[in-house]
Amino acid sequence: MGAVGLAGIVGLALALVPAFAGSFAVDFVTRIMITAIFAASLDLLVGATGLVCFGQAAFFGIGAYAAVLLTPSDGTAAVLWMLPACMACAAGYALAIGALALRTRGAYFIMITLAFAQMAYYIAHDTALGGGTDGIYLPARPTLGFGLDLGRAAILHGFVLVNLAVVFGFLALLLRSRFGRALAGIRENEQRMRAAGFSTYPYKLAAFAVSGAIAGLAGFLFAIKDGFVNPELLAWHESGAILVIVILGGLGTLRGALMGAVAFALLREFFQSETVFGTFARHWNLGFGLAIIACVALLPRGLAGVPAQWRVRAAARPTRRGAVR
Amino acid sequence: MDLVTFLIQCLNSLQYGLLLFLVASGLTLIFGIMGVINLAHGSFYMIGAYMAFALAPIVGAAVGGGFFATLLVGFVLAVVLGYAIEWCFFSFLYGREHLQQVLMTYGLILVFEELRSLLVGDEVHGVAPPPLLSGSLPLGHVMTYPVYRLFMSGVCLAIAAGLYFVFTRTRLGMMIRAGSVNPEMVQSLGIDIKFLFRIVFAAGTALAALAGMVAAPVSSVYPGMGNSVLILCFVIVVVGGIGSVRGALLAALLIGAVDTFGKVLLPQAAGVLVYVLMALILLWKPQGLLRAG
Repeated sequence: MGAVGLAGIVGLALALVPAFAGSFAVDFVTRIMITAIFAASLDLLVGATGLVCFGQAAFFGIGAYAAVLLTPSDGTAAVLWMLPACMACAAGYALAIGALALRTRGAYFIMITLAFAQMAYYIAHDTALGGGTDGIYLPARPTLGFGLDLGRAAILHGFVLVNLAVVFGFLALLLRSRFGRALAGIRENEQRMRAAGFSTYPYKLAAFAVSGAIAGLAGFLFAIKDGFVNPELLAWHESGAILVIVILGGLGTLRGALMGAVAFALLREFFQSETVFGTFARHWNLGFGLAIIACVALLPRGLAGVPAQWRVRAAARPTRRGAVR
Repeated sequence: MDLVTFLIQCLNSLQYGLLLFLVASGLTLIFGIMGVINLAHGSFYMIGAYMAFALAPIVGAAVGGGFFATLLVGFVLAVVLGYAIEWCFFSFLYGREHLQQVLMTYGLILVFEELRSLLVGDEVHGVAPPPLLSGSLPLGHVMTYPVYRLFMSGVCLAIAAGLYFVFTRTRLGMMIRAGSVNPEMVQSLGIDIKFLFRIVFAAGTALAALAGMVAAPVSSVYPGMGNSVLILCFVIVVVGGIGSVRGALLAALLIGAVDTFGKVLLPQAAGVLVYVLMALILLWKPQGLLRAG
């Protein structure tokens, strides 16, 4: 069974969730899918291109804020133009800061992306534009057309799922294209790519802008799901958490982004569960942290690398016949 | 702003900058030599502050007390803690992708923060400065300046001088400087790089914890106190140049001044100033102010 078949089965399973599960589970799965889109956007930079961005929450937050601020106060807007507009806002910011940040590399790049994200955070936090620390409510959900109401959980779930499928399909194609190969080359050895005649800067900048646009899409979906945005969406904790999700899932694999998002949400839900831990669930961070440490110790290539890890181990185990010899 | 206020702000910014340097110096060493982006460094600062609070009665019962005895006990415990953490959690990660270590330190932050909550609780605590240093010096006619803050600056300066001596005059310092420039070459010259890593990690942990202990009487002790310091320290490390202790000192004084004066002169933009400064410096010098070594 190929990757396409597997993706089809996962997509079908996700599509059937609203038919069988309660409203809490539908909401939970929708949230995970939005996180997976966000994680995939970061993996395009970290996993595919080797650019560790520590400010991804800024693009997410800008997409979310754009969704709220672009909605006219006297009526509703259409998804048809809202969605591209929000993605364009995030991509524009990504293009601007990428143009500057890509002058640095390594840890300096990590920190300069953090710096620019913090600037966006303080603009949302301290100016009248973003409504200050309290955040702002979405005046009205945008309309999808065809008589579909995004206020209904099942419709929203389906809409997010379609977005997830489109984003993952797009990224899968992108990474197989000439552009994607060039990004892989930059990740492995940028010096050699330049020697081979590639001007690497435009490639990295394009990856940055695409990544920003996808993160903005995730932010847009988040805003119409929760109907509320606040500055904490742009805070560095969020950038750190999404980076953790990508590493946990496995770098450079699209399925890793989904698996990381699922594992992160499930682990958190598990350790917060009062039915399992009783009053100790208040200290859920302890179990959650230990689980992450265990993952690092046991899974060197993240969750997506587990099948490969098993194959290697199975191959390394001496067979009975080989041992006799 | 009159002259006395200006002078007080200068002293405050110097004291804040030096304190940040104490935390950041350990971070820059760990970052520069081991290549570990240690997100848990802020937790060591937090652990230090809580040790100043929690150890005081224990040390008081054992040896008759005193702030300085608590400092000493806490410092020794922090060295042991750093050594053990490197051994348990990092020693098997060096051959792996660097980002795996980031994930590890993220897990450690959560664990430390929860253990703190379990052991000491979530309340805000004050720590009394030692009676010897609890007075204030008069400045001008109406203003005073607390002696303890001067003591903090003094401790930080002494540590900075000690670090300078170790780095420039001892064999260990030479190995550390060489390790921050080219770890592979140091290893091929027959120096036990793993042991060096462990020493550096333990020293970095102890410096952060010491900063936390010294800061506790001024900042008080509260949950999440490591996080704000952590990000500022990463800013300092990067602005100063990764692995450069001199650069960290320069950057810490700069950031301390910008933050302190920013809060007084431009309170509405105080939070963002530090990041604007970092972005400008990195655009001007993409490798930080000073090179390692």
